[in-house]
Parts: sequence; structure tokens; C-alpha cells
Amino acid sequence: MVMVYSDNKRLALELIALGKNLAPSLGGKVYAVTINQPEAVIKELVAHGVDGVHEMTTNIPQFKAEEYANLLKDLILEHKPDLVLIGSDKNGKELAARLAGILNTGCVMDATSVTAQGKTITAERVVYSGTGIAVEQFTTTPAIVSIPPRAAEPLPKDEHHHADVMKKQVTLKEYPSKILSVHEAKSEGVHVEDAEIIVSCGRGLKNKTDIQLVSDLAAALKGKTIGCSRPIAADLKWLSEDHWIGLSGHKVKPKLYVACGISGQIQHIAGMRDSGVVVAINKDPDALIFKSADYGIVGDLYQVLPKLVTALKEHAA
Amino acid sequence: MNIVVCAKQVVDVSEIKVDPSTKRPVLSGIAKKISDIDKNAVEEAIRMKEKVGGKITVLTVGSADAKERVKELLAMGADEGVVIVAPVDSEYSVVATLLAAAVKKLGQVDAVLCGEASIDLFSGQLGPRLAGVLDIPQLTYTTKLTAEKDHVTVERNLGDHAATMTSPYPVLISVTKEINTPRLPSLMQILSSSSKPIREWKAEELAGGPLTPKIKTLDIKGVPMSRKNIVYQDDLDASIHKLVGELAKEGVLR
Ligand SMILES: Cc1cc2nc3c(=O)[nH]c(=O)nc-3n(C[C@H](O)[C@H](O)[C@H](O)COP(=O)(O)OP(=O)(O)OC[C@H]3O[C@@H](n4cnc5c(N)ncnc54)[C@H](O)[C@@H]3O)c2cc1C
Ligand SMILES: Cc1cc2nc3c(=O)[nH]c(=O)nc-3n(C[C@H](O)[C@H](O)[C@H](O)COP(=O)(O)OP(=O)(O)OC[C@H]3O[C@@H](n4cnc5c(N)ncnc54)[C@H](O)[C@@H]3O)c2cc1C
Repeated sequence: MVMVYSDNKRLALELIALGKNLAPSLGGKVYAVTINQPEAVIKELVAHGVDGVHEMTTNIPQFKAEEYANLLKDLILEHKPDLVLIGSDKNGKELAARLAGILNTGCVMDATSVTAQGKTITAERVVYSGTGIAVEQFTTTPAIVSIPPRAAEPLPKDEHHHADVMKKQVTLKEYPSKILSVHEAKSEGVHVEDAEIIVSCGRGLKNKTDIQLVSDLAAALKGKTIGCSRPIAADLKWLSEDHWIGLSGHKVKPKLYVACGISGQIQHIAGMRDSGVVVAINKDPDALIFKSADYGIVGDLYQVLPKLVTALKEHAA
Repeated sequence: MNIVVCAKQVVDVSEIKVDPSTKRPVLSGIAKKISDIDKNAVEEAIRMKEKVGGKITVLTVGSADAKERVKELLAMGADEGVVIVAPVDSEYSVVATLLAAAVKKLGQVDAVLCGEASIDLFSGQLGPRLAGVLDIPQLTYTTKLTAEKDHVTVERNLGDHAATMTSPYPVLISVTKEINTPRLPSLMQILSSSSKPIREWKAEELAGGPLTPKIKTLDIKGVPMSRKNIVYQDDLDASIHKLVGELAKEGVLR
């Protein structure tokens, strides 16, 4: 049996689809676990093909890895899934890892592929900042695998699909760690993963307002998506995290990627190495980014960008 | 307060090349270093110690040559090091079991600090996994930390939101790169750190028996990237003209 969990509904639907794909050699069934979710969410999981739902309600209203890992542990010990798929967002990662620790079982994080041959489960993950793919085989059950967003399309919706919904109320042992407050970061609703054209900026920019130069170039290329390096989002906070590209940010594969004032450290490259054509603009002729680019211009981006915008407009006219 | 920092010796990923004939990443001869974010963890431990007092022990599971790298962390300000010698490719259940056994052997530990993820394999698994084995609270993705005598308050970066959390000790904290800038030790600190102890513990003794891995690495496939690497650096107007021409030929202009 495959058990899936994510507190992100879209991700949960993707896990169900992936689970259904793997289930034939693992007993056929996919069960989802929900914790304190409204009926509407359960209905949607059912309509998208899950075989059963463990609908749990608890004394811990907000996600906390410590308590939720114990809840999953108890369900796993009771139902003995061969494979547990967990959505690889920040909550899911710390949950999957803790759960693997409690159960003393194998765990692969951010798997890019999972296969089951008979009951033997193998997962692949990117290592060495994109230079390698490790093939990992589980020697014990359950296998715990965390899966990043968009690994599968949710199964088509079928309002008549039936599933067993098992409701259970549990009181979890509480840990002394406490959430004092939560601040929503302002998301700009950007999905860099979907963009065909991305113009990205790094610390070569001197001021936040200079991002205008980058959006002008994106517009001239008839795109609108702006990306950035980690320091622009994480240290300077000039752009929201949805723009952050790299090993610890988003992985993108646009047809055209333009890197402006980005040095090209391998952790940035890890996020954009699958791009079609890569253009780099950097004032340092020895910048690493030129090694990962098809075309490069050595120059000050404050001169290059406006001129490039003009040239593109002329070309289009 | 007793603070433990888990630090991993890693290969410098920026030096890794894919062998064109075997299509495998070449790992031999690559320089080793302490994983970047683990230095942020050591820095944060030093700041905690400066505020509330205590002792900092660096724990690493790896090959015996990790001692050289641990010295750098002692020079920064950690008090002692323990190298747990185990096969380099030991998987997480083994590493976490060993680290948990070491934490228990050290006696009363108040805070265990880790990096958010290591720079070479970047799974971010070890911190929360260890917290699970030790059955203590975990505060992951920490971007700001305020230590008090009996509790710690942190800010956590959760991508689309941030959270402020608190926990009494013992607690496991994983830190991000943004939490601080690791200090560079002075020459004096480097010299005086040579008197700080680095112990070596054997994996089997620590674990009280053989450890069975739960995962086998079957293969590591290389992912080469080939780019045209055409760089224009002469006259700017001419460069831009050529670039636009090439982009048009590539079919990426709409
Ligand atoms: C575990 C870990 C994970 C990481 N994850 C990521 C990640 O996901 N994404 C990421 O991006 N980074 C990541 N990093 C950080 C990464 O290593 C680099 O530090 C970062 O990418 C550098 O950002 P940058 O290129 O904007 O800045 P810098 O390295 O400071 O580069 C700025 C560049 O701009 C150029 N420049 C300056 N002025 C001009 C000008 N006027 N015109 C043209 N060029 C100019 C400079 O020559 C330089 O090359 C990670 C690091 C670690 C340790
Ligand atoms: C190519 C390859 C792929 C692998 N894939 C897997 C896999 O999918 N699953 C698996 O279980 N094992 C895997 N392993 C085994 C893996 O090397 C170890 O489990 C390793 O200790 C965990 O590494 P990480 O770099 O991903 O740690 P992370 O979980 O990213 O590290 C987070 C933090 O934990 C601490 N830490 C991590 N390792 C140590 C250590 N050895 N000593 C002290 N502190 C440490 C550091 O503070 C670090 O910042 C793989 C090994 C190789 C060579």
C-alpha cells in the first residue's frame, strides 16, 4: 500500500496520481492522510482517485512537525504501507525527515523519480548541485520519499469516484516548542517554473529600484517573468521568494534565461541548468556565469540593459 | 549551557566535473571543506555562548581526515571536537544514529545546531531526523535566534510565510545561510586552537554494534551541461547587435 501526505492540497493530488502509478506492484491501493482538513478537501482527494482517506482531527490545529510526525508514525505502524510519499515543501521536508528518524527507516528527499519493482523501491535525487543524479534503493520498509511539486499531474476529477473515508479524532502528545506568530510573506503570485522567458538579476544591481531595468528587458523580450539569485530574495528582500532560482530556490527551464549581474555560483546554476538558451551579462570577464552561458556580454549592466532593450525593439519593428 | 554543532566535511561541489567517457562525476582529488552553512551554525553557537555562557562541541561523522577541517571550527571559537569515524557513504539512518549516540554520550546537551542542508547532497534530512531520534523539539530553517538561559526564540523562513517560535532546551535548531556571517579566525585564534581537544570515536563502539544501512546508493549518474560559451567583449553596440542576431536565429525572440 502507498500512503500519501501533504498539507498542500495541490501537492496531495499530485502524490495520489504518482502513488496510483506505483501502486500496482505494491498491493494496488493509495491512502491519503489528512490532518484537520475541511470536508471540501477530503471530497476533492476522493474525486481525484484516492482509494481511502484517513481523516484525522487533532488537538494541534496548526502544522507542527513534532506532533504530526508522531501521528503519521502511529498510522504507519498500524497500516504498514510499503511506501510513504510526502509533499516536499518546507513543512513536508522536516516532517518526512523526522518521521524517518522516529521509525529508523530509509528516506530520500526531493526525489525526481520513484520506481517500484515488485516491492523494491528505488528513487533518484539530484546531488552535487546538479552535477549528479544518485540512484538510491531502499532495503527496508516503509520507504519514505519526499516529492517536490509538479512531479505528476493530478488524476482527472470524477465526482462519482468512491473511497473509504475513515474519520478519527486523536489527542497527540504535545511538545514544548510553540508557534508565537506567523507572518505571511507577500507573495507576488509569480510561477517562475512555468515561464518561457526569464530575466534574472543578482547582486550586480545597486538599488532595489533598478529592478525596473530588468523588467524592461523582460518586456522587450515579450516575457514578464523576473528571477533572482538567493541574496536578492533572502538577504536584501528586494523580490519575494517566488523569484528565487537555484538549489535552494525554484528550478526553472525556460526557452531563454538571461542572467544580469549574477556571478554564476554552482548553487544558482543548479536552478537554471535545464534552460534552453542562456545569456549572461556581467562586467567581470572571468565571471563563472559565462561558463554556463551560450552567449555573454562583458559589460556594465546599467549600459547593456537599456541598449539591449532598444535593439530588441528595433528588431521587432 | 552545552551546545553541540553537527558539521559535515564535504567535497567542494564547484570543482566537480563529469567524466565524458564514464559519464560519472569525478570525485577523487576534489578539495574537501566544511559545508558552508555548518559554519553559520558554529557562528550562531558562539553567539549563544557569548550571551548565556557554556561549552561548544563540534560533532562530525566522516573520515578521520575531517580532523583538519574541525580545527578551523575550533579556531572560530568552538571548544572541542569529536570525529566519529564511519564509512563516508554511510546513509542517514546510520549518521543520525551515530550523532544521537554521541549526543547522549556527551551527557546533558541543551541545544543541537545543524545546517539547513549540506552543500554537496543538500537533502536537509539530517537535522529533523536527529531531532526525531532524540525525541526533542525541532526549530528548522532558522533565520534569527535569540538565546536565553532557559529557552530560545527563533524566526523561521518557511518560503511563503515566516514564523516566530520558541522552545525550552533541549532543542534542535537548523540554521540558514542568512542567519549570520561566520567570523574568520585571527592568527592568534588559529594558533591557540591547536591546544583544544579533538577526540576520535569509533562508529561501532559508539553504536554498540554494527549499523545496517536502510538505503543503498546504486549509482551516481553525471549530468553534463554543454553551452556554446560565446562571449562578446569588444564594442558594446556591435556586441548587442550580434547577440540580437543570434537570439533571432535561435528562435527565442517573439
Ligand atoms: C547551501 C547553499 C544554497 C544556496 N542556494 C542558492 C540558490 O538557490 N540560488 C542562488 O542564486 N544562490 C544560492 N546560494 C548562494 C550562491 O552560492 C551565491 O552566493 C549567490 O548565487 C551569489 O549571488 P549573486 O550572483 O547575485 O551575487 P554575487 O556573487 O555577489 O555576484 C554579483 C555579480 O554581479 C557582477 N556585477 C557587479 N556589478 C555589475 C554591473 N554593474 N554590471 C554587470 N555585472 C555586475 C559581479 O561581477 C558579480 O559577478 C546558495 C549557497 C549555499 C551555501
Ligand atoms: C551521491 C550520494 C547520495 C546519497 N543519497 C542519500 C539518500 O538519498 N538518502 C540517504 O539516507 N543517504 C544518502 N547518502 C548518504 C549521505 O552521504 C549521508 O547520509 C550524509 O550524512 C547526509 O548528507 P546530506 O549532505 O544530505 O545532509 P543534510 O541532511 O543536507 O545535512 C544537514 C545538516 O546535518 C548535519 N550533518 C549532515 N551530515 C553530517 C555528518 N556526516 N556529520 C555531522 N553532521 C552532519 C550538518 O549540520 C548539515 O548541515 C548519499 C550519499 C551519496 C554519496
